[in-house]
Amino acid sequence: MATVQDRKYVGQSVEKVDALERVTGRAQYGADLYMSGMLHAKALRSPYAHARIKNIDTSKAEQVEGVKAVITHKDLPVPSDTATSFGGELMIALKDLQRLTMAHDKALFDGHTVAVVAATSPDVAEQAASLIQVEYEPLPPVGDVVSAMDDSAALLHEDLFTKTLGDPPTKASNVATYLEDGRGDMEQAWKDSDVVVEDTYDTLMVHQGYLEPQACVARVDGDGTVNIWTSNQGTYNVQRQLSALLDLPQDKMIVTPMEIGGGFGGKIYTILEPLAILLSKKSGGAPVKMVMDRNEVFRGTGPGSPAHLTVKVGAKNDGTITGCYVRMVYDAGAFPGSPIAGATVVSFGPYKCENMRLEAYDVVTNKPRVQAYRAPGGTPVGFAVETVMDMVAEKVGMDPLQFRKHNAVVEGDLMTNNRPLNSIGLTEMLDEIEKHPCWTSTLEGPNRGRGLAIGFWLGATLTSSSVIMVHADGTVTVTTGQVDLTGIRTTMKQMTAEELQIPIEDVNVRVVDTNSAPYTDLSAGSRSTWTQSIAIQRAAESAISQMKAHAAEQLKVEPEDVEYADRRFWVREDPEQAMGWFDVARNSVRRGNGPVCGEGSVTRVQSAPTFGANVADVEVDPGTGKVKLLRYTCFQDVGCAINPVQVEGQIQGGAVQGIGWSLYEYYHYDEKGVMRNPSLLDYRMPTALDLPMIDTVLIEKPASEGPYGARGVGEVPIVPPPGAIANAIYQATGVRMNKLPMTPENVFWALKDNGNGK
Amino acid sequence: MEQTIRKAPLQCRVNGQQVEMLVKPWQTLLEVLRDELRLTGTKEGCSNGNCGACTVIIDGQAVDSCLTLGLEADGHEVTTIEGLANGAELHPVQQAFMENGALQCGFCTPGFIMSTKAFLDKHPKPTETELRTGIAGNLCRCTGYDKIIKAIMSITEK
Amino acid sequence: MRPFAFVSPRTLDEAVQAMAGAGGNARALAGGSDLVDQMRVGRRTPNLVVDIKNIPDMQRLEYIPGEGLYIGAGVSCTRTGEYAPVAEHYPSIKEVCGLIGSTQIQNRASIAGNVCNSAPSGDTIPPLLTYDAKCIVVGPNGRREVPIGEFFAGPGQNVMAADELLLELVVPPPPANSSGRYLRFIPREEMDIAVAGAASMIAVDPASKRCTRARIALASVAPTPVRALDAEAALEGQVLTADVVKAASDLTPNATSPISDVRGSVEYRKELCKVLTQRTLEHCLADLGM
Repeated sequence: MATVQDRKYVGQSVEKVDALERVTGRAQYGADLYMSGMLHAKALRSPYAHARIKNIDTSKAEQVEGVKAVITHKDLPVPSDTATSFGGELMIALKDLQRLTMAHDKALFDGHTVAVVAATSPDVAEQAASLIQVEYEPLPPVGDVVSAMDDSAALLHEDLFTKTLGDPPTKASNVATYLEDGRGDMEQAWKDSDVVVEDTYDTLMVHQGYLEPQACVARVDGDGTVNIWTSNQGTYNVQRQLSALLDLPQDKMIVTPMEIGGGFGGKIYTILEPLAILLSKKSGGAPVKMVMDRNEVFRGTGPGSPAHLTVKVGAKNDGTITGCYVRMVYDAGAFPGSPIAGATVVSFGPYKCENMRLEAYDVVTNKPRVQAYRAPGGTPVGFAVETVMDMVAEKVGMDPLQFRKHNAVVEGDLMTNNRPLNSIGLTEMLDEIEKHPCWTSTLEGPNRGRGLAIGFWLGATLTSSSVIMVHADGTVTVTTGQVDLTGIRTTMKQMTAEELQIPIEDVNVRVVDTNSAPYTDLSAGSRSTWTQSIAIQRAAESAISQMKAHAAEQLKVEPEDVEYADRRFWVREDPEQAMGWFDVARNSVRRGNGPVCGEGSVTRVQSAPTFGANVADVEVDPGTGKVKLLRYTCFQDVGCAINPVQVEGQIQGGAVQGIGWSLYEYYHYDEKGVMRNPSLLDYRMPTALDLPMIDTVLIEKPASEGPYGARGVGEVPIVPPPGAIANAIYQATGVRMNKLPMTPENVFWALKDNGNGK
Repeated sequence: MEQTIRKAPLQCRVNGQQVEMLVKPWQTLLEVLRDELRLTGTKEGCSNGNCGACTVIIDGQAVDSCLTLGLEADGHEVTTIEGLANGAELHPVQQAFMENGALQCGFCTPGFIMSTKAFLDKHPKPTETELRTGIAGNLCRCTGYDKIIKAIMSITEK
Repeated sequence: MRPFAFVSPRTLDEAVQAMAGAGGNARALAGGSDLVDQMRVGRRTPNLVVDIKNIPDMQRLEYIPGEGLYIGAGVSCTRTGEYAPVAEHYPSIKEVCGLIGSTQIQNRASIAGNVCNSAPSGDTIPPLLTYDAKCIVVGPNGRREVPIGEFFAGPGQNVMAADELLLELVVPPPPANSSGRYLRFIPREEMDIAVAGAASMIAVDPASKRCTRARIALASVAPTPVRALDAEAALEGQVLTADVVKAASDLTPNATSPISDVRGSVEYRKELCKVLTQRTLEHCLADLGM
């Protein structure tokens, strides 16, 4: 393996291989496909958050000229194996996915799909959908987790019983799961504490906000093969879900990835795909295109989970943390599966503590079923914990950075799940902050403050595969099913050239359909580039060893006697006896074992934990409550930045999503459970004018495994922003914020309640 | 209802080509470009003028094609992302976005580039705040705008 | 979108005839930034859309000293904001031209379109109220003049008949030694609808330093944009000290009857009226070198 200094391509900011297509408008996303005889599908959605569906009459819609098919839940096959669940980031049970795809006996949220029409044009489909008559019996909506847990709350599912380690419950409930974890002795911890801080926090539902609405095209061929073109984060998870939902063998279920216009965890479970397939089947196999509008994206996809949290932390006067407690209630929306596992790992992840107790509830409410959203579960608990840590630091009279340094975990310390951490760079990152002008400079002026928060993400591993084919002219194609969400084609090209020691121009990476490359898990969980670094390394090893075998045959020696470097194969004992990469490649297609094709897969590896930190400078307008960001700096241990510009871009984008979550974004539900802001006008994502430059500082402490020590980088950037901003608001005003988002109005009243701050 | 109202003629120039066609009066310019002319580089992100993904240039001015009826383009010159490069030679804004890592998923990119082109034609030497104001109608969710701002500033500093 | 017919008349007469012939279900189209979206979601369902942008009379943008500013119904916000006399004589109108939506929207949307849309939050309306603008309305029965303060009838409603068109806005010359400013409050820096907006226009006698005319108008805090008459009265005739400005600003909620919605609560909107008014007045005073 090349040393860091010797690396030619890994570590370089190579331009995205698909950049040209994206700046010319040629890149094809889900909605950009047009096919002969293509139909357009539109959904009818429930206007009620919670209602019994007594009857659906589609007859009028069916009579509209141009309508080719209408479907309701009755058209969904009954799954043969109802016990199946699908992972990726958040788990969803097959029976729930089925009832989420289309409402059955009950509509469970505002926007729940009730029926879908396919017609010759989108206009006709929409008009026909509006003619479908649905008889609803409205039921009381369950709006939030706190009321959902109340004994008097309406039940979403009469067959939902809380999963817990204790005695099985006898009464149905809106609590799907209760988990607890921890270590040590909490009673003793509180007794040993000189200071204890406890507070409660609330966050609201947010959306990933990808700019590309969900879109797909389905076509059922004469032999029963189902083709689906979709912009989803993983083609194989789509294949598995569809084949289970629709009772189809996987070889007949071909999923082709289109360019994906952002996902951030929100494009993992199937939404439109099963509908488009059923409509195609029902209309005799015609291609059916289904594209959401923004209103449907808000109401009908899987947003990010809100949470209700209580955090309690105790410490000694010298700043040593003695005990950590968190109670986390996460909202799953209409079906179980909120990100409590991620939240549990993130919570006290950065802090060394012998006494911990974590309680987590997964609760259903009448909202869209959540999907993952960048470090799923991490941001709400990060906000709560980082605010409490700031309060504890103040109480013991320590600078917030020194307090965190004093309690920072190091390699070998236990995570919240009681497993030891492997190589991590938290200390190195905190040292960088201490030296950086964003922390050392003085911040002057009234109503201004500086806040710090840190965040943790463990990262997913799962399965990744790639195949390296060496062509007769020595160039190389890499085929993979790994969806290019954030530049994987570019980083895989860099890594392949690095491992094969060939010019980067000679490598072409193709992301292909499910039935043209080996199984690969989805692009999510900060896993793609770093797990592919291992898969590529293995595929390259295999390709080189096949090339060596060919060279050995030509050089009339044994393969183990052949050495390889920089496109040259030679005999170890006689270096003059050599062959070039090109000659070996040319001969390989007609001699020996034939064409060179190296496969590399990785299933289980050690995780590569990541830490990030933000330093935010804010100014608060006491007259309006508005918070302006003056300066923003992100620190992150990335292990090894395979492509620094792409890594910075990930960090900046994640931080800005976190800033939006902190200051502007939330689902505004009325008392009937209807979303009142389903547009990009009133669901306010940050614009360029709302932000300062987002500075990034990369720390490169190699991870325990993988050829370059890379870590996943995509997720942790969204964990620290709310804590950093809330702590900065406190420094500016003397007021602690307990709710997200910290909208101007929320800050305004918080200031008023506290006598206009300090 | 649809049957009783006729399509209407639309004559305009799109990317330098004269276009003559019949469109439904209720088709937006975005729908005409995508569904009829198959110029799918122009994207639909929000359908109501709040994301800028559908930005095209009409007679030198950036507009949201989702809020413009196709027939309003009659007699006008429309430029879409497909018409920006001069043959193999990219427009400097396209070049700058590529070179500076100013795109990730790329869905907002065509609209962003069109907006930026129109803005720079009018304000060749903007301050950072003027630039951020000028492109505030284009949302990007991947980049945090940082590299977009830097890419554009790299042109203005040339 | 629900089907409709479309015409693009080249003269005012043609436009008036088209409106009159549509049985009361025509809608004039200026920039389209409100109307196209309203038609898309089914909130407005005209049978006929009349594009008024190709009518020369509606593209008039002219300042005549002594007469005032003429802004044709089809003139975009961008063009209005870039017209030098607007910045010189009506700073708050210049400000709102740069506030409505994005650059893309400002390139299409017209002030008259904002007025005809008659939203309580219409940003262009408070400045027009402070300058006592007039709406020139044309229809089958000819031409009439409606003071802007009498134009609005409720959220999305105004006094124009279904077959009438707004031809242009006429803004009288501002009084001597005056300035006008507008501030709206939105959570972000751009793109949002005002939670509350306040326009102030004051004229001050240079000798006595007393306020000779005060106009304050508010957006998003009542069913229509409204004048804050109590606050105006508290300014006129006074020397505008910080205390007078503050006291007058604190009277603005008297004129309001806001609602709580997705953009803000009743109480917050009332608080915003005070602070925004105070800031616009301070800005005007600074413009006047006071």
